[in-house]
Amino acid sequence: MDQSHIRNFSIIAHIDHGKSTLADRILQLTDTVSAREMRDQMLDSMELERERGITIKAQAVRVHWKGHELNLIDTPGHVDFTYEVSRSLQACEGALLVVDAAQGIEAQTLANAYLAIENNLEIVPVVNKIDLPQADPDGAAAEVADLIGDDAANVLRISAKTGQGVDAVLDAIVARIPAPAGEPDAPSRALIFDSSYDQYRGVVAFVRVVDGVFRPREHLRAMALGTRFEAQEIGYMSPSMRPVQELQAGEVGYVITGLKDVSELRVGDTLTAEKRAASAPLPGYKDVKPMVFAGLFPTESDDYPELRDALEKLKLNDAALFYEPETSQALGFGFRCGFLGLLHMEIVRERLEREFDLDLLVTAPNVAYRVKPLNEEWVEVHTPADLPDSFDEVEEPYIKASIIVPKEFVGQVMELCNDRRGKFDHLEYLSEQRVHLTYELPLAEIVLDYYDQLKSRTRGYASFDYDLAGFRPGNLARVDILVGGEPVDALSLILHRDFAYERGKALVEKLREEIPRQMFDVAIQAAVGARIIARETVKARRKDVLAKCYGGDITRKRKLLEKQKAGKKRMKQVGGVEVPQEAFLAVLNLNDVAKR
Amino acid sequence: MRAAARHLYIHLPFCASRCGYCDFVTVVGHGDLHGAYVDAILGELDLERHLLVPELDSVYLGGGTPTLTAPRELERLLAALPPAREVTVEANPETVTPSLAALLSRNRVNRVSIGAQSFNTVLLDVLDRRARPNDVRLALHRLRDAGIDNRSLDLIYGIPGQTPADLARDLDEALALEPEHLSAYELEAKPGTRFTHAHGAELLRQAGELEAYIEHVVERLTAAGYRWYETANFCRVPDLVRGRDLRARHNLGYWLGHDYLGLGVGAVSTIENRRWRNAPSLRRYLAAHARRERPERELETLSTHERATERVMLGLRLDEPLPLDGLGGMVDDAALERLTQRGLAVHRDGSVLLTPRGRLLGGGVTARLLA
Repeated sequence: MDQSHIRNFSIIAHIDHGKSTLADRILQLTDTVSAREMRDQMLDSMELERERGITIKAQAVRVHWKGHELNLIDTPGHVDFTYEVSRSLQACEGALLVVDAAQGIEAQTLANAYLAIENNLEIVPVVNKIDLPQADPDGAAAEVADLIGDDAANVLRISAKTGQGVDAVLDAIVARIPAPAGEPDAPSRALIFDSSYDQYRGVVAFVRVVDGVFRPREHLRAMALGTRFEAQEIGYMSPSMRPVQELQAGEVGYVITGLKDVSELRVGDTLTAEKRAASAPLPGYKDVKPMVFAGLFPTESDDYPELRDALEKLKLNDAALFYEPETSQALGFGFRCGFLGLLHMEIVRERLEREFDLDLLVTAPNVAYRVKPLNEEWVEVHTPADLPDSFDEVEEPYIKASIIVPKEFVGQVMELCNDRRGKFDHLEYLSEQRVHLTYELPLAEIVLDYYDQLKSRTRGYASFDYDLAGFRPGNLARVDILVGGEPVDALSLILHRDFAYERGKALVEKLREEIPRQMFDVAIQAAVGARIIARETVKARRKDVLAKCYGGDITRKRKLLEKQKAGKKRMKQVGGVEVPQEAFLAVLNLNDVAKR
Repeated sequence: MRAAARHLYIHLPFCASRCGYCDFVTVVGHGDLHGAYVDAILGELDLERHLLVPELDSVYLGGGTPTLTAPRELERLLAALPPAREVTVEANPETVTPSLAALLSRNRVNRVSIGAQSFNTVLLDVLDRRARPNDVRLALHRLRDAGIDNRSLDLIYGIPGQTPADLARDLDEALALEPEHLSAYELEAKPGTRFTHAHGAELLRQAGELEAYIEHVVERLTAAGYRWYETANFCRVPDLVRGRDLRARHNLGYWLGHDYLGLGVGAVSTIENRRWRNAPSLRRYLAAHARRERPERELETLSTHERATERVMLGLRLDEPLPLDGLGGMVDDAALERLTQRGLAVHRDGSVLLTPRGRLLGGGVTARLLA
């Protein structure tokens, strides 16, 4: 189709503001799927996505409306996938900015709206859920209009649930969003904005053709990574795969590559045809690096091979997932995994447990550190225990946090950010009631429980988003935990020196609660280098025996004993001390303890 | 099946009232059924007699309150039982009248176990016990007067509200009576029972303190010349009783893994690899007898592994070394080594013996040894 009749757009919305419902209505209204075929949230194909109401992997679907071809490019909805979102947005000329009429703008909406504006997208503001009794369409419209510098009268008001106003949305897409403006005759270039893995057909790339034409059987090259392959099939989704003979400039579709490894084709890369290759790739490719790390250990050590296979399979569909074998003296064999952020980690963990039926012990997450050991070159450290005792310098990643809260909670949020070594950046009123705050914070300070704390201190009203802001030097030290005199690698943590004493003490206290009494006194210590900074003792049990045991009791007592034995098996032996697995997660609730 | 069991247990469930902490099979009232019940017991004995050797090592009448059984019926039962070296009857103190003591004595009963529990009237009330401290004293004297010179007292410690001083007084009172044997049990408050509902909070409050009570019991009784031969059982050392071994032969049978036959409602038997429990319903027990059938039973087949586990679990409760041969490598050598180093166990000549501290931690020690 001629580019002037093509419109490519995304939907930007906070979780639960109705993105998926709106997408469903669009598919129905354009007869892309019949009402009978309609499942709610058609676009979210992974079980987990449907359940959590979030979109993990972006997809694109083509619909037809009044003589135009509209391509809806779905974007991942969460902060961890900012880079993927930015690539999806780059594939579009416009975006629907959907805001819940009762909730107003949230931090994620804001972040993604800014991303869209940076990408020069035409924004079509939409206030959704106007059918709700508590809806305030005027208030929400005013906020949105103010955000994008538009007139509130141009804000569409709809109910995706009932379908009210959705046709006007489609009309606005055609009328307001510009047509693509690539070069149809130039050497071909297509932006990869997503990929997935099909076990029979290999890696499938989702692309936006910018210039030229792509055809099946062509030899293609990914320009940044240099991967070469033959396009086995090209086509578009509507919503199932429809093969075509051509994808032209301006169109959105898929390329079946036959590649066996998703890491050979990265989001943001540019595809071009080998025989008439473009001279330069499309701008903006970035190698996304994991920033949050955690150890994943099978609860039963026999499950190690299963965990390895499962990670291999997940990695096929998730190029951002990083893992390497790790051996912990406390937890045995497992993997150190790297994630884009906390949600990414949570999703991986859940998929491993749900899709692969694995019982996992996940250590407290930590961030990546850059360290320059004495007289050596800079290295990156992914495990606290790997931080050398002495070094010239160490750097940690920082983020720029964006928080939106009702004004009465501003003090609470500021206090929390200050407690977490935050540096105040900016405060502005979005409306009479709502304030947008920005802070710079060390990523390490948010990986544990920052978000939970933020939610609880603002009674759930705060919304939060962040962007990575690079590495900065930190006054950091490794705090080791010793149980029964032996250091427990899985419990080491890297802390700012000013917090080392307080948090080391809190952790030791928490561990005293978590480690059951044994047959001897157990010392729990926190140490920086050779210096002990905190100590607690788990007192020995004095008695652990059943009062009576006669002929009628024997079976029951034996079963009790077997239960006790099974309980022991789930404990990890650290220096002769039995430590329950929960204790390894004690650090997760550390800040609660410190507050008490 | 080979006739091999040397130990016979008979359950007599009748009680005057139910004590809140008790979880045995008991029946309150139904005085009219004593005769029928004894008939049923004797019927079951006939059906299972082939499992017993002709001359038994021990007979044990437990309850319930065996001595509440109508004297005529109790006597009929005792007279019909096979001969045994040790015949024990459990008794509540208030039931031991001179005539009952005489009845037991003339029917070859040579050991009586008295459920004293405490000498503190407030604590007795907490336990719903009817007997008063003086009943215990009288009972012991009456038994000796009747020629029964192996008398055991049951004590309970860890009663809600019991202070360490209360416990010390109970132990002193018990020792003053010079019983041949003492059993001291920590009160077990079973979750969900009326008793736990009423006293759970107090027990939880006392938990730290209660943990040391067993040590007090062991120290006091051993200092007074009693042998701590099983976790909860003490008997006067032979030197003080002209060389007599006053350990309970019947219960030793359980702890040494011997076969035993149990008769009556809720009674358990273990014969080689089979263990069965009679259904706890008095009505159905009597009905089965009326049909000349075996009572309804729950049968359990014990694997070699389970039997060996039980041997270790029970054997480590005793103050004698447990020989490890024949236990099929059940015991984890590394764990045994660690426990030995920590002073909880002694490993000598292919046997294992727990030290006093090891016995106080016997549950955890056993779980580790069997890991």
